[in-house]
Amino acid sequence: MIDFQLHCPNTLEEALGLLGTYGDDARVMAGGTALVIQMKQRLAQPEHVISLRGVAGFNLIEESTEESTGESSNGVKGLKIGAFCSQEQVATSSTVREKLPLVWQAYRQVATPRIRNIATVGGGLVHGDPSQDPPPTLIALGASVTLTSAGGQRVVPVEDFLIDYYETDVRPGEILTDVFIPAAPVGSGAAYLKFLPRTADDYATVAVAAVVTLEEGPGGVNVCQDIRIALGAVGITAIHATQAEDMLRGQPLTEENIRAAAATVKDVVDPLDDYRGSANYKREMSEVFTRRAIQQALENVH
Amino acid sequence: MDQSITLKVNGTSHELEVPTRRLLVDCLRYDLGLTGTKEGCSVGVCGACTVLVDGKMAASCLILAATLDGAEITTIEGLAQDGRLHPVQQAFIDYGGFQCGICTPGQIMAAKSLLDLNPSPSEQEIREWMMGNLCRCTGYYKILESIVNAIGPTQEASK
Repeated sequence: MIDFQLHCPNTLEEALGLLGTYGDDARVMAGGTALVIQMKQRLAQPEHVISLRGVAGFNLIEESTEESTGESSNGVKGLKIGAFCSQEQVATSSTVREKLPLVWQAYRQVATPRIRNIATVGGGLVHGDPSQDPPPTLIALGASVTLTSAGGQRVVPVEDFLIDYYETDVRPGEILTDVFIPAAPVGSGAAYLKFLPRTADDYATVAVAAVVTLEEGPGGVNVCQDIRIALGAVGITAIHATQAEDMLRGQPLTEENIRAAAATVKDVVDPLDDYRGSANYKREMSEVFTRRAIQQALENVH
Repeated sequence: MDQSITLKVNGTSHELEVPTRRLLVDCLRYDLGLTGTKEGCSVGVCGACTVLVDGKMAASCLILAATLDGAEITTIEGLAQDGRLHPVQQAFIDYGGFQCGICTPGQIMAAKSLLDLNPSPSEQEIREWMMGNLCRCTGYYKILESIVNAIGPTQEASK
């Protein structure tokens, strides 16, 4: 690891001040599980590292009454998760389990507790690794992140925040401080499927999150009022499968319709060959797991 | 560049001057001579370097020591109390939970961490929790057996 100067601010204001002073020469380190590895491999060689470990606040999981799109369940509009919460905090939170079981499930699948205890919610998102578990779920639920700078705050939907391979929309001088996740709508069902042919703590070969909301259509037949589908590990970022969604919105969720919609994801994924499978295999599995995720979300409608 | 930190390791406070790039595992081994903690994969996958940071299980190969000012660390050397081995340590001896020994400190720290959170885990919960601790001798059944026998009142193992 290349030598660097370490800064340990105690407040967000101090951290933002340091970021202003050192600019591009500095990297912000939350848990550090990703950045330390990049620094060991000399993929990152910052002159200054600003550790957020001692920064007070931004470590709570709160029920939020912020306005979200659509009706929400249990009278709760959603959850606000402080960016410095450890991923284990989310994976063991009874509030998350009760209000947003899909999020609870996704964070429980991240690596192992020894990593989740160090890695933070915000750090994981800023890292922009396309194979991580939380992004597909966050996109499917319509989550957004708050970026704080000395000049103010900016709220960005997660799907827009993830720009490219390990590249996110964090602008100079900004620190990700909160994640807001709207509660799934009443009458919805959700599923997160992670295809793991190797070990349970591995990255997915393909991962799919789906949230389905039904309504009564003409003739008393249930039709898809809304659906959100997102895939992980099969492209440069997590992918929001809008084409498949458009095919299903307003339609009855018959097996035939689900199959036709799931087939479209093969055109939007762009996987890499690796030891988790060839690109072609992952493309095929993207379709299969999208189909299964929609079906399971449908079964989970309550 | 060096940084001054205070680390409380196994109950003893240490004032240290460490290079900012010093990993916790190296700080324990080289600066404090606590070589019980092993480094395996160096990328947080194998579990060999497991220690407790402020009571929580963590991979010491991924944490910069200089960011831990004021933290409390527990390593394998800190488990025995008054000359008595921790029940998990004793069970690993009694039930053959280790072979070459490299993964053992990490296995024991992980098992201790589980029992701190859940004193009577099911076998399935043990398997899930210990999933991130690799044993290349592949002695997993004996490790599982050791942990199962370290639990609760049937702890006759530490006779």
